[in-house]
Amino acid sequence: MTAKDSAFAPLVYYPLNPKLEVNPMSAVEATGAETHSASTAAGSPQAELAHKCLYYMLLMREVEDRIERKLYRQGKVLGGVYVGRGQEAIPVGSALVAVPEDVMFPSHRDMAVFFIRGVSARRVLAQYMGRLGGLTRGRDGNMHMGDMSVNVVSIISALAATVPVAAGAALALRYKGIPGVAFSYFGDGSTSRGDWHEGVNFASVQKLPVVFICNNNQYAYSTPLNLQMACANVADRGPAYNMPAEIVDGNDVLAVYEATRRAVAHARGGQGPYLLECKTFRMTGHSAHDAAHYVPKGLFEEWGKLDPIVRIEKRLLDENWGTQEEIDELHAAVTREVDDAVAWAEQSPYPDASTLLDDVYESQ
Amino acid sequence: MSTTYLEAIREGLWEEMERDPNVFCIGEDIGEYGGAFKVTAGFLEHFGAKRVVDTPISEAAIAGASIGAGLMGLRPVAEMQFADFISCGFDQIVNFAAKCRYRWNASVPMVVRSPSGGGIHGGPFHSQNPEMWFVRTPGLKVVCPATAYDAKGLIKSAIRDNDPVLFFEHKALYRKIKEDLPTGDFTVPIGKAKVVREGRDLSIITYGAMVWTALEAAETLAKEGASVEVVDLRTLVPLDRELICESVRKTSKVLLLHEDTRTGGLAGELAATISENVFEYLDAPIVRVTAPDTPVPFSPPLEEAFLPNAEKVVEKARWLYRY
Ligand SMILES: Cc1ncc(C[n+]2csc(CCOP(=O)(O)OP(=O)(O)O)c2C)c(N)n1
Ligand SMILES: [Mg+2]
Repeated sequence: MTAKDSAFAPLVYYPLNPKLEVNPMSAVEATGAETHSASTAAGSPQAELAHKCLYYMLLMREVEDRIERKLYRQGKVLGGVYVGRGQEAIPVGSALVAVPEDVMFPSHRDMAVFFIRGVSARRVLAQYMGRLGGLTRGRDGNMHMGDMSVNVVSIISALAATVPVAAGAALALRYKGIPGVAFSYFGDGSTSRGDWHEGVNFASVQKLPVVFICNNNQYAYSTPLNLQMACANVADRGPAYNMPAEIVDGNDVLAVYEATRRAVAHARGGQGPYLLECKTFRMTGHSAHDAAHYVPKGLFEEWGKLDPIVRIEKRLLDENWGTQEEIDELHAAVTREVDDAVAWAEQSPYPDASTLLDDVYESQ
Repeated sequence: MSTTYLEAIREGLWEEMERDPNVFCIGEDIGEYGGAFKVTAGFLEHFGAKRVVDTPISEAAIAGASIGAGLMGLRPVAEMQFADFISCGFDQIVNFAAKCRYRWNASVPMVVRSPSGGGIHGGPFHSQNPEMWFVRTPGLKVVCPATAYDAKGLIKSAIRDNDPVLFFEHKALYRKIKEDLPTGDFTVPIGKAKVVREGRDLSIITYGAMVWTALEAAETLAKEGASVEVVDLRTLVPLDRELICESVRKTSKVLLLHEDTRTGGLAGELAATISENVFEYLDAPIVRVTAPDTPVPFSPPLEEAFLPNAEKVVEKARWLYRY
């Protein structure tokens, strides 16, 4: 299959443990024929970055819209559907900083991390539909997927369970002398879990190269921040672990990018973990079945004005990094890419029931 | 008016809170939102925030705080959003709560309500049946109601019990089954199984949602001339060994059924109990229908293959009947 996106430098991966590649299809296979080439027009590095950011945010928005507003309602996607609408700047701005040897721990609203690591929309959609073409071959659904060949670790449902695991991955990177960083993603509510505190404390004590990235979308399911924590900011938790913590505008993709660069420089430089709190808002219910009646209505309107996609488009034009035609073409290209991906996923077969017992152990 | 399984739990909880001011609820999103499955919808408005305590995402704190409150004489009813997340509070339950009475004669009257079970396309982390983690921990009681009547009667008994009770609610039953319930206060004793269908030729011993699967299978088998008895255990700890043995003495053939995975599932304990006590009554090997030893898969064809259903039960029962 062709590389994801010829306009962008192909990623080279250093899997921590090549033996773990159990998926018959490599994570970066099955790239759609329709890929965009928007950055051809981009000139300066800043312009190119802005185009990339816009592309990945649009792709995540479009794939999640299809899933939540179409495929789920058509009964083609079953189970829990959680989307990151309005929060796309966080996975995009941060993951674009990562280099191949960095290890990613995306949470349930960070789909773009997969795209940036070279996993196609086709594979992601097949995953949501429970098809063989998904990263978990139908074993699991939605964002519960990973692939060590591209250094992306799958979450489990239990929130913050990946935080100590990210510390362990960072330990392994240092152990092996690989200059990588673990990117640990989670929401505001997840910082209430004991696992979160144990993982963060361990990383701090050991000065491990982890960047902790919080999407503070102000709700955890129906629970608002004031019932979740007694401090005003997630970043306020940093000093307790003697860990630098920074608050970022999570709806400004370039701000997230710059802050992540600072955090990564700190972690990669051997100075220990770094906490980024990206302030944002969950522009949906908790999941597809939640109408979010508990959210004061004005908040959606208020935060809708801060949509990260609208903002980067405006910035792109203001800074003369691109033209309206290029933006329009990018939208069209993403639509085509996702059309193709949905068709591909729908044609991907379901797993055969006879495979139910396979892969519980390496050899059985 | 018919009451669903979910409403039955809700009513039982509500009536106990009305009856005893020491009863209170604690859990994630249980207040304004009324809980992920809406079991506590309207509770906050009626009972107030003092008695409907919304927590951060902290299962260890939910379990631990329930223990602390229980030690002080309150009667907490903790809600796990999904049974799968009970593992995040595991130590508090199996080491703290379970061992208080035996070690230092302290009573921990707490209930942990946990929506469990598959068949809802929930995948590996929203479908599990973790009852055996607790069944094998002395000091805990474990209850798995299958009907609306038992759900209401058992939640009341669990709340009134002075030991920690794990109360597993099967998600697939919440809105699927309903029945007319008697008005007024009633309880169902913890530790008592029930014959839900009388039969002569073989016994299916089961619990939770699988009771309905067993009844469906028994109906099919009846058309083939087999008279099948169905025993609903209702409580896993303490186990009603008496009734289990009585049913086996009567039918001499037994099929053990559970939705939980096979190895270390309750069927093993049931089989041992039967062979220790009524071996000489058996006319055939004891057979099991359970989920296989894998995580609960997400994709529909895999989940279907994973879950026991009436067809699989009929097939095994037919073999047993003809044995
Ligand atoms: C240990 C655990 N408890 C409960 C849940 C159920 N649950 C799933 S997502 C969620 C809210 C998460 O909030 P937050 O961490 O802020 O992330 P967000 O969904 O807002 O991005 C809850 C309670 C869970 N997945 N894991
Ligand atoms: Mg949140």
